[in-house]
Amino acid sequence: MTDRVVSPVAAGASPALRRVAIDPVTRVEGHGKVTLLLDADNRVVQARLHIVEFRGFERFVVGRPYWELPVMVQRLCGICPVSHHLAACKALDAALGFDRVPPVAEAMRRLMHHGQILQSHALHFFHLSSPDLLFGFASEPARRNILGVAQAHPDIAREGVLLRKFGQEVIRLTSGKRVHGTGAVPGGVNRHLGADERDGLAVELPQVLEWCERAVALAARLYEADRPRHDRFGHTPAAMLSIVGRDGAMDLYDGHLRARNAAGGLILDGQPVAGYLDLIEESVRPWSYMKFPALRHPAGGPGWYRVGPLARVQNVDRIPTPRAEGARQRFLAAFGDAPVHAVLATHWARMIEMLHAAEVIAGLLDDEILLAADGGPLAWPMPAEQAGATDREGVGVIEAPRGTLIHHYTLGADDRVTSCNLIVSTTHNNDAMQAAVCAVAADEFDGRDLNEGMLNAIEVAIRAYDPCLSCATHALGDMPLEVSLARLDGQVLDRIVRQSDGRIDHAA
Amino acid sequence: MLRESDRRVGQDPRQPDRAFVAPLLVLAVGNPSRGDDALGPWLLDHLAAGPARHARRVELMTDFQLQVEHAVDLVGRRAVLFVDAARPAAGPPAAPARGWASLERVRPEPGRDWTTHALSPQRLLAVYEQVTGHVAPPAWVLAIEGRSFELGEPLSDEARLSLARAVELAARWILATPLPRRAAAPLIQEWM
Repeated sequence: MTDRVVSPVAAGASPALRRVAIDPVTRVEGHGKVTLLLDADNRVVQARLHIVEFRGFERFVVGRPYWELPVMVQRLCGICPVSHHLAACKALDAALGFDRVPPVAEAMRRLMHHGQILQSHALHFFHLSSPDLLFGFASEPARRNILGVAQAHPDIAREGVLLRKFGQEVIRLTSGKRVHGTGAVPGGVNRHLGADERDGLAVELPQVLEWCERAVALAARLYEADRPRHDRFGHTPAAMLSIVGRDGAMDLYDGHLRARNAAGGLILDGQPVAGYLDLIEESVRPWSYMKFPALRHPAGGPGWYRVGPLARVQNVDRIPTPRAEGARQRFLAAFGDAPVHAVLATHWARMIEMLHAAEVIAGLLDDEILLAADGGPLAWPMPAEQAGATDREGVGVIEAPRGTLIHHYTLGADDRVTSCNLIVSTTHNNDAMQAAVCAVAADEFDGRDLNEGMLNAIEVAIRAYDPCLSCATHALGDMPLEVSLARLDGQVLDRIVRQSDGRIDHAA
Repeated sequence: MLRESDRRVGQDPRQPDRAFVAPLLVLAVGNPSRGDDALGPWLLDHLAAGPARHARRVELMTDFQLQVEHAVDLVGRRAVLFVDAARPAAGPPAAPARGWASLERVRPEPGRDWTTHALSPQRLLAVYEQVTGHVAPPAWVLAIEGRSFELGEPLSDEARLSLARAVELAARWILATPLPRRAAAPLIQEWM
């Protein structure tokens, strides 16, 4: 949406001069607001990223029949509706007692999911064409170097757009619609691919794979273009959480929970997702409406953790597709096989995952099972309603583009939802984002007052997590960003705001 | 640059009509579950039963929000109408006009990228020019006033009145926008 102010006179409507702002609040609202707390020596000791968590959805679905959920949850978020669609279906599979869905359903769901991963990550490929957005402003020589890398790849923007388009076509063909699809249902799917649909996608794959490989190389070159600064920027050692496949390989659709500490050591592994509440606790803090999840039993170090691409590429033992695994090995080697906690490396990891998603799509399109050629069912029949049945419960976990996504429902005997708990990726990353912002602010703060360069740096750190706040909250769309500087006793010393039109308001 | 073949990426080969591109595009954004944010999708439903039934003249499209790939949807268009919900600006209470919609011409504004999640119509037009190397098609924004955007709410009474005005404006836009004498498809080749 825009922030333009328009006059009703143009429409020949009311003669009263009312002004209407077309602003982004209908989907994403509020300021991104950061408060930096200073100690007596004028050092930044804490950052508070204030965001208003959107918990209304959990209440919204209570009382609804369970079969409405897979479509309804897509309204949670305009960015990753497919991830919510699939996580809800997986939770309902579990609640209804389906250990697994028919093979064609599993293949279709995986195809849909990797289409979503590809199209979501491709947006970052597009944004690499103007690297200021993702990498911020460095010193002038470094900046020229970074821009030079991007300018040497004039087709990034076009390729980013077309990769997104391809991912969305995968979604359309697997879910039935470009938005609000209905492809997955509890117990399976409701459609399979036609041979011509499959062929229409397959013919694009050589090009898609080539672009994805180019994207990884470009992200790596951009990172290397100002290596010392990028290594230091927002460097926040954190535990890493994700699901991994049962063999320890990357599996973004299904698996068990694994976490490593910041040094890379395993702290939990092989944990069934259904027991997530035994592993993760959510706490609240008085200054934020958003919850702060943490591991219940951290083996040394803080309980908070990071989810998403940077965590995932290091949490797995390997990526089961060759090109992406090669890229992952090069990524790890570039850091001397030490754990990587530099937030800007997230963009590099994200491109590795995009390549993986393209390879998975290629593999699935080669599998005849997608065409339901074996004549097997697309979905299991729904269990008959049982009089006197007790509540049923199911947890569905998926690795959404931004990280681990948990859906948890209980269903009453009347098939209606009796409770709902969601932990979205941005909520998982809440503490990690605060830590990154604090690290950047501490590094950039000159001990006196706020400035635009610092505001840019804070934005870049937040953006590396790509917080999907339209489901976690309603903030950060065309986000006006406000940064305040305060003493520990709450006395505000300085405030700087970038409005959504780019204008800077600086008021001490 | 985007090429004609780019439009076909991954598209269904069973649809021989894919090469055809309706000269007018109405692209409405909004979340149908968030009260008056559903105004855009609702408008499309109304148009589908009205002037927009002339499917070869206009294509109706909806999404939650604008993103870079919508630049591909603009290729080959003669004109584009973006539709979105709007809410009254903050400030002193205005005259009690009820039900309100506005049509405004918009132009590409490259500007600063603010988000990785959504684009303004102006920014989308700039993306179009960035990736095609061509001038963006003329575009308008139809802003429809809404009042309440809470999850699970139906359209407010004010929004229903706004919607009626907006349908009128959109229908006028569809019928009044001049079209080229030729069929639309060759436009793409013109731009290659």
